[in-house]
Amino acid sequence: MGNLIRLRDDAAADEPAVSLDSFLDQSNASAVRIEAGDDVRQLLPVLDRVRLVEVDFPKFRDGRGFSTASILREAGYKGEIRATGDVLVDLVAFMRRCGFDAFEPDVAIDPAVMESSLARYAEVYQSAADGRLPIWAKRHAQA
Amino acid sequence: MKILTGNDLKTGAVVWWDGREWSLHVEDAVDAGDDADRILATETAACRVNGGYAIDAAPGPDGRARPAHIKDRIRALGPTVRPDLTLKPADPEAGTWVI
Amino acid sequence: MYKYDNYDQAMVDARVEEFRDQTRRRIEGHLTDDQFKPLRLKNGLYLQLHAYMLRVAIPYGTFNSVQMRKLADIARRYDRGYGHFTTRQNIQYNWIKLEEAPDLLAELATVEMHAIQTSGESIRNVSADQYAGAAADEICDSRPWAEVIRQMTTFMPEFSYLPRKFKIALIASQEDRAALRWHDFAIRIVKNEAGETGFECYAGGGMGRTPILAVKVADFVPPTQILSYLEAVLRVWNRNARRDNIHKQRMKILVHELGEAEFIRQVEAEFAHILTLDHDFPQAEFDRVAAYFAPPAWETGLSDEIDRSDPDFALWVDSQVVAHKAPGYAIANISLKPVGGIPGDISAEQMDLVADLADKYSFGEIRATHAQNLVLPHVRKSDLPALWAELNAAGLGEANLDLVTDIIACPGLDYCSLANARSIPVAQKIAERFADPARQRDLGELKIKISGCINACGHHHAGHIGILGVDRKGTENYQLLLGGSGAEDASHAKIVGPGFDEAGIVDALERAVEHYRTVREPGERFLDTYRRVGMDGFKEAIYG
Repeated sequence: MGNLIRLRDDAAADEPAVSLDSFLDQSNASAVRIEAGDDVRQLLPVLDRVRLVEVDFPKFRDGRGFSTASILREAGYKGEIRATGDVLVDLVAFMRRCGFDAFEPDVAIDPAVMESSLARYAEVYQSAADGRLPIWAKRHAQA
Repeated sequence: MKILTGNDLKTGAVVWWDGREWSLHVEDAVDAGDDADRILATETAACRVNGGYAIDAAPGPDGRARPAHIKDRIRALGPTVRPDLTLKPADPEAGTWVI
Repeated sequence: MYKYDNYDQAMVDARVEEFRDQTRRRIEGHLTDDQFKPLRLKNGLYLQLHAYMLRVAIPYGTFNSVQMRKLADIARRYDRGYGHFTTRQNIQYNWIKLEEAPDLLAELATVEMHAIQTSGESIRNVSADQYAGAAADEICDSRPWAEVIRQMTTFMPEFSYLPRKFKIALIASQEDRAALRWHDFAIRIVKNEAGETGFECYAGGGMGRTPILAVKVADFVPPTQILSYLEAVLRVWNRNARRDNIHKQRMKILVHELGEAEFIRQVEAEFAHILTLDHDFPQAEFDRVAAYFAPPAWETGLSDEIDRSDPDFALWVDSQVVAHKAPGYAIANISLKPVGGIPGDISAEQMDLVADLADKYSFGEIRATHAQNLVLPHVRKSDLPALWAELNAAGLGEANLDLVTDIIACPGLDYCSLANARSIPVAQKIAERFADPARQRDLGELKIKISGCINACGHHHAGHIGILGVDRKGTENYQLLLGGSGAEDASHAKIVGPGFDEAGIVDALERAVEHYRTVREPGERFLDTYRRVGMDGFKEAIYG
């Protein structure tokens, strides 16, 4: 918990996240942990029970978590998606675009670097979970 | 003998451990022996070398270290196909040391 | 060609500042090499055998004289006076300093160039036909699509940390000049019976230690859905590829392990889902980009005659000049393979000359090819003699396109820390052995490709004759392969037998070539003869 950064206004879930298998077995958990190799689509039928999804990055180069978060947001999930593990500050901007709104890195992130990282690109080329208007849409916006 | 090599972090130049610091010249390389790992860890942490590693070498005819593998000898001198870009552009014998 | 608008310029400018900051943090010790490495690779900066090596993107191989002059300038001021054109239409510099790299990238940004995603586990430069927009045989110019795909695959957040690199190629003709089947994802632009344009898509190709040809995965994707389709392919791969063994993470491995049918099924399911998200750009955006690729103001009423009275000029025309779609025009290939030279290398002075020639003779436009040569795409036939004279005076007039001395070679052990053997000296010795112009013409089309290691950056799997450098008990050794192709008749080259040392491989290659001459039928290329008669005769000729 020591390195947690949350970009949400609501209170953090106060229960530990259970594994995907456990979550699907139980009816009273509301926080679930998705390992890099898990298929997050198993969660989609029961999304209304979920407040917090932890998505683990065992090694920062393992980019499966980006797809996991994207799929959750595409399914309409509005709860917290928290990146855990080997989360480096240089990944945070991409994570944000994919729908992550909390970060719990193994090694603390420098908040100043994170802030400048998130503000670095005023524009984006593609649509993503964050809903930012892509450049092509701005080029052809109705006046 | 085991000599240490790596690249200078800022310039990328190939460097060799000479016992106290990192030299551009393989002739200055010393046998790091059992200290290799400790030296590499210290120097890497201090950003005085990037991507450092130990290689096998044997003393050449002049007693100085000659890397055992041709790849490291090419690294030490420069590309065999561009003698003008090597560390010894004026030395016609430099190529034979590599090969 | 495409011109950046404010948005495009803002993206590359922000990228430069981001990298400047990341470099500062690395030099100050806030980032380890392990953490910094993917960041610098996403900006084309390798730590290589001699120094940092920078790979600058030349999107789909198209650039102009202003950009070429800047590349020459960079070579002089940041490097050692030359550059190297690669097998993916990019350019590399071998002696870059990390502390100067941000300034170098800033300078490139002033001429709309960058090194974004040219290395590392990224979506790499989109490869295209080097004759696009000029070729007589294309159904349309593929480059507007290549440009749209370039923008859409730049900084894709979901695919920022892929299992491995991802290479895309595009063509719009039956003849495949971009080696489609050897790419992770490839598009052949086609027209259906109703005359509508669509994308025939291929996936799962690649070279390296397990060469695999791409399989067809879609017959006709509507062009304005290509982004959704590509996202589907990438997502299926990103989610399902192994992450434990770097040698098993390319998409070709996943396609092979799932099987073609299952891979297609998963992609189609994902595609159907992604289409509901409205990620695709409108036709208006494609039209906006396509307008930049309108043909140059070709003159009319030009002569189609070429004065062949100078025999050396005639030889050059025969090998280097290719038919253009506009009457009176020609496509001129510039060889970067002078006999005895380093394949793909070009000096800063030569770069400046090519820029001047592009301005004088080709509407300022230049192309880079995956065979490590250059092209001036729009030359009046009447200008060819003058062009040739200037190229010849600068050592750029070799007349050897697709001939035995037009060798593709990776930088090899002279430059690359991954290599097992030197490739450039082998290329030089082969070219010198076969230098006689009459002998080259007699042999005809013969594509030799040399890789210094199993990573196959020299594309040896696709060589009519391939050479692979290996390490045999600490010494350099070379394997000979026969029968590969990167064209529409794509095939894998096969190893002939035990390897040779450097002198031996040149002799072995010559014996293979002489065997071809002995058994060939009139008009048969080396590749055709090999396919007709098979390996046995060649093996016997080589090993005796």
